[in-house]
Amino acid sequence: MLEINNLNVHFGVIHALKGISLKVEEGEIVTLIGANGAGKTTTLRTISGLKKPTDGTIFFNGNDITSASPQDRVRMGISLAPEGRRIFSSLTVLENLELGAYLRRDKAEIKKDISMVYERFPILKDRRKQAAGTLSGGEQQMLAIGRALMSRPKLLCLDEPSMGLAPLLVQEIFDIIQDINRKGTTILLVEQNASMALQIANRAYVMETGTISLSGTGAELMQSEEIKKAYLGG
Amino acid sequence: MEQFLQQIVNGVSLGSIYALIALGYTMVYGIIKLINFAHGDIYMLGAYIGYFCMTYFHLGVIPSLLIAMAICTLLGVIIERIAYKPLRNATRIAVLITAIGVSLFLEYGTMFFVKANVRSYPPLKGILTHSFKLGSIVVTAQQILIVCITIILMAFLQFIVKRTRIGKAMRAVSLDRDAAELMGINVDNTISFTFALGSALAGAAGILVGIYYNSINPLMGILPGLKAFVAAVFGGIGIIPGAMIGGYFIGTVEVMVAGYGNSMFKDAVVFAILILILIVKPSGLLGKETKEKV
Repeated sequence: MLEINNLNVHFGVIHALKGISLKVEEGEIVTLIGANGAGKTTTLRTISGLKKPTDGTIFFNGNDITSASPQDRVRMGISLAPEGRRIFSSLTVLENLELGAYLRRDKAEIKKDISMVYERFPILKDRRKQAAGTLSGGEQQMLAIGRALMSRPKLLCLDEPSMGLAPLLVQEIFDIIQDINRKGTTILLVEQNASMALQIANRAYVMETGTISLSGTGAELMQSEEIKKAYLGG
Repeated sequence: MEQFLQQIVNGVSLGSIYALIALGYTMVYGIIKLINFAHGDIYMLGAYIGYFCMTYFHLGVIPSLLIAMAICTLLGVIIERIAYKPLRNATRIAVLITAIGVSLFLEYGTMFFVKANVRSYPPLKGILTHSFKLGSIVVTAQQILIVCITIILMAFLQFIVKRTRIGKAMRAVSLDRDAAELMGINVDNTISFTFALGSALAGAAGILVGIYYNSINPLMGILPGLKAFVAAVFGGIGIIPGAMIGGYFIGTVEVMVAGYGNSMFKDAVVFAILILILIVKPSGLLGKETKEKV
């Protein structure tokens, strides 16, 4: 579904991604783990079109999207719930969800999808008229995921969905991610919480200072001594 | 008391014009964090377009107004595309300096074509020459026209910003440009649209001021532009209702100072207000204190 070849990204003189290649197949949960500054967020931003690569290609469902605009990528079915949630804080919960469906014109279907998001996150329904900035961290994360789902993505990219959340909520968010995946959405998950991410992932890539240092199935990587030492606190 | 009410009437008329200009400042600031110093010159161009429509083509006020708004809209979009869009990722100071350059270009470019002399709007006809007496307070038909047109335009603006798809996009882009892009919003088009709206309102203000004060010149946009900027800061820059309130406030204060004090000081007082706001509440009347994002 998603195929990245030899992707290079620069920020001025800084070489942030040094020729990474990765693949996400339809129906999978793929996770990208690694330390701070390894380039995980940059990878997702480049996939969603916010950052232009200096070299390399990105293919989505067989189409070259390397130079496509972010709008076109949303239209094709790539959606990103960005790091730090980035919800529109002074707009209401409902307005945030409606913006998630910005490119869609099918009003009746949008309504249906909003009620589906409410079903998945009942707390958002209670707070639909509230300014999104007044929600708690966990609720904001739910809103960010709900908003990203409103474009009916084929590939949902999630950047650190567990950041800053209490352990109980982290579990809940991961359950939700698995459930979204079961209902047919492919997921590319960036996480610092490596053990949780590896548990739910079909496959995983480990990033280190702009390169991919290791890849394999979630289970394989969980057994790897290197990973245990570096990321799982063992 | 009568004099006070009379000054209020005059202040509201002048304030309408400031409010229309301030809206453009505040919307553009809200969306790209630029103080568009060329905005006052769009207002000047609106006044000239209105002048030509009325003097040479003998059009009425409303058709002239619509033409001025349409041409200013176009100019606003062209200026944004040529001057500001290439600087999208430049420093804010670079864009600001460009805006000052655009402002000078419009002022002296206009002067080249229409000469520097002051021109007078043609005398109004029919109902617009009337004035109405409420006790000893005089309200002219022009003042009523100015306030009515301003209110209609503001209501229209509110409708666009609150109810339409592009309005939602404007609000989203002004809150978080990257996140808006992730929603599939075309940020460049949204910014162009914001310039278009602001310029249309400035064009309307230009022709209204031509009708009200009767004389126009190529540098007429400088001072009202700066005052409208003060109005926008007073209300809270980036906040649309703030610009409306600020416009009426600055207009009324200016008229009061001229009426009760010394008209020599009316401009000074407006800028003294700016200094006061910046000391007491830099975020403005309706603004929230925000931390600079890192």
